[in-house]
Amino acid sequence: MTSPTTEREERSTSSGSGTVPPGLPRTSRWGSLPLPARHLLLAALGLAAVTGLLFATGDLTALRVAAVGYTMLAIAGLQLLVGGSGQVSLGHGAFMMIGAYTMALLVLHQPMLPLAANLLLIVAVSIAAGVVVGAATARLHGPYLAGATLILAVGLPGLAHRYHDVFGGSNGLNIRTAGAPPFLDGIISTSEWRALVVWTTVVIGLAALATISAGRLGRRMRAIRDDETAAAMAGIPVGKTKVVAFVIASTAGGLAGGLQAYVLGTVTPSSFTLVLSLTLLAALVLGGIGSLWGALWASIAIVYLEIWARDLARAMDLTRNAENNLPVVFFGIVLILVLRFWPLGVHGALQSLRARLRARNSNSS
Amino acid sequence: MRKRSGTRAALASALALAMLATACSGAGEVGESADVDLDVAPGVTDDAVVIGSHQPLTGPAAPGYLAVSQGAAAVFEYVNAQGGVNGRQIDYRVEDDKYDPSETIDVTRQLVIEDEIFAMVGGLGTPTHSGVLDYLNEEGVPDIFPSSGALAWNNTEEHPLTYGWQTDYTKEAKIQGEYIAENFPGQDVGYLYQNDDIGVDSQAGLDQYLGDEVVARQHYESEVPDLSSQMAEMENSGAEVIVCSCIPAFVALAMLEAAGMGYEPQWVVSSIGGDTATLQALLSTFTEGTDAEDVPADAFLADTIITSYMPRVEDEDDDWAQFFLAVYDEYGDGGPPTNTHVFGMTQAVMFAQVLKSAGEDLTRQSLIDALETQEWQGPGYTPFASSDGDHGGHEGVYVVQYQSGGDIEMVQEARVTDREGGPIEEVDFERLSPEDLPFHD
Repeated sequence: MTSPTTEREERSTSSGSGTVPPGLPRTSRWGSLPLPARHLLLAALGLAAVTGLLFATGDLTALRVAAVGYTMLAIAGLQLLVGGSGQVSLGHGAFMMIGAYTMALLVLHQPMLPLAANLLLIVAVSIAAGVVVGAATARLHGPYLAGATLILAVGLPGLAHRYHDVFGGSNGLNIRTAGAPPFLDGIISTSEWRALVVWTTVVIGLAALATISAGRLGRRMRAIRDDETAAAMAGIPVGKTKVVAFVIASTAGGLAGGLQAYVLGTVTPSSFTLVLSLTLLAALVLGGIGSLWGALWASIAIVYLEIWARDLARAMDLTRNAENNLPVVFFGIVLILVLRFWPLGVHGALQSLRARLRARNSNSS
Repeated sequence: MRKRSGTRAALASALALAMLATACSGAGEVGESADVDLDVAPGVTDDAVVIGSHQPLTGPAAPGYLAVSQGAAAVFEYVNAQGGVNGRQIDYRVEDDKYDPSETIDVTRQLVIEDEIFAMVGGLGTPTHSGVLDYLNEEGVPDIFPSSGALAWNNTEEHPLTYGWQTDYTKEAKIQGEYIAENFPGQDVGYLYQNDDIGVDSQAGLDQYLGDEVVARQHYESEVPDLSSQMAEMENSGAEVIVCSCIPAFVALAMLEAAGMGYEPQWVVSSIGGDTATLQALLSTFTEGTDAEDVPADAFLADTIITSYMPRVEDEDDDWAQFFLAVYDEYGDGGPPTNTHVFGMTQAVMFAQVLKSAGEDLTRQSLIDALETQEWQGPGYTPFASSDGDHGGHEGVYVVQYQSGGDIEMVQEARVTDREGGPIEEVDFERLSPEDLPFHD
């Protein structure tokens, strides 16, 4: 496992870390912009790209694009925690659940509150939950932390059953959220509007995560990840930094869950089981640990691998039983293959491809 | 310090942007929905009609409910082999939602947008179908016979295109309650129920007839397959009759747990858990490798009282049961036919019947008109409500008692009631036989 570390270090020393897309000219003017402004510009570019994609595709894609969005935000938060500070959390889905139920309860009981206010409240609730859990687990590391967060993922859905009247038990809560504003009637559909709301929030969240990751806090986290003792000796407050990393990750997770509830209009405990937390982590490894691009590939894999597998099974005319179970197997096989040939995940593969292309170009010129 | 203020600036502008993007109106506000156009017929051609359904084909709920779509598919194949309905073959597309509401939303949209289904038929599950109820109604997709007994389906104001199927849990529980009060007078009663709308709705009905007799109310979570403490409480409370508003796995668990304690109450099981063929399979699986391995499943099930509204596979004298067994034998997926298969098969027959009476010029409006204006006569045992602002589906239940050896005995003919405090009434209801019922060409 030495190669990922050195690889990450290379990127952390280059400005802008992983969020600068390949091929973007690093002119002096671009370089002179402060980091947050650069990230927000990139976020705006990303949003424009998503908008274009939405107009080019249909209503069904809008829902899936939205799903890629909120999944990506959740995974990006996990990325900062696992890839950044080296803490492994198996309870990330639980924070998504907190965000989702917060959204549902707010819409049910305070229907006139604007969506932005709901999202801010979700951020506040997630921060509070992150502080509680993070402080309780700050002294744990490695498998111990994983175990503690595992309890969260297993136990939290139980609360929905225990307080049946508030959380609706296993049937969960159903909400109706406002669609596209009236002046956009006929221009974009409700699904497209929701996808845009999701992605607006997501790109802002990603810009914030990228800025944090590239800044002092990010450096401290990486120092702790690589060697806790050395970091402590260098004067880094280890416990505090770990809690902060945990809080940031849980906030991203909560916000993602809130967005999911907003898009789907339904929250049930069965959507936030341990399987979700494990899937997020597995997909993160598949996408590539250590860069926000990895979170993008991971979320695309979560949303689309299954659909592709289903189409593939139909095209191959498999039996019903095989068709039903192929998607899960497919995900596993892709994960194994990617990690076998590209230990750094999809992002690592793309990077090495780029490096090879660049080398060839410089050779030929 | 430059970096720090930068982070702050980023966060501040992020907040401002987020406010701007979404500050238009309340998040929970619902826009006025325009009237949907029903004079359309997506998925319908001269020789085919595409219908869809969301079902758990994999995942934890699949073992119990996979049989529903298998049964329905067998009937549709039979119908197609007879020439279809009004010259059209039924193209039944089942999508797997794993009983996960977020998956349901995805596959439902896929069915509506990509497959352009004419109608949604028998979408399964309360938490799953709740998530797509609004969507289907807003898109003008007829939502026929969702497979769940929740009261929510019968709300013609909000969901005019949704037509319920199952006898709702409250109606069924009222008839159970009356039956117990009449046939087991003075005996102590315990409720065992699933901790969701099943439990709430069932108790609302039972309590109307069993007030003072109730000595225990125990619930379970469908995710926790353990009933030891619940059954211990039941025994301690001295309940002589247990009403189990449970799905089959928990009926089997409860019976095993009670047998293990030497506790022998009178079981009263709702239609959702009263599929004896499934129960027998579950009981023999659960007893495998335990002391009770050699005890036949019949020993647990003997004398159990079951409420139902459909024909039952055990009932060999029934025309429809015979018909379903024959169809399943020819078009089924193999394995022993259960009452859960029959559930899907009954739905399929009813849908084909609606399609038949909607006529040659098929549109969504003509399908709705056919649903609203008919008096349905089978294969279910009770009258069926799909009009007059009542989309409640089956209106009551009959009561049978399971006899060891696999026979069942009808102990009370079908009765109907409402979901409120109304009386329970006997009905004079004639079913048509499979030969006489028009549901295929």
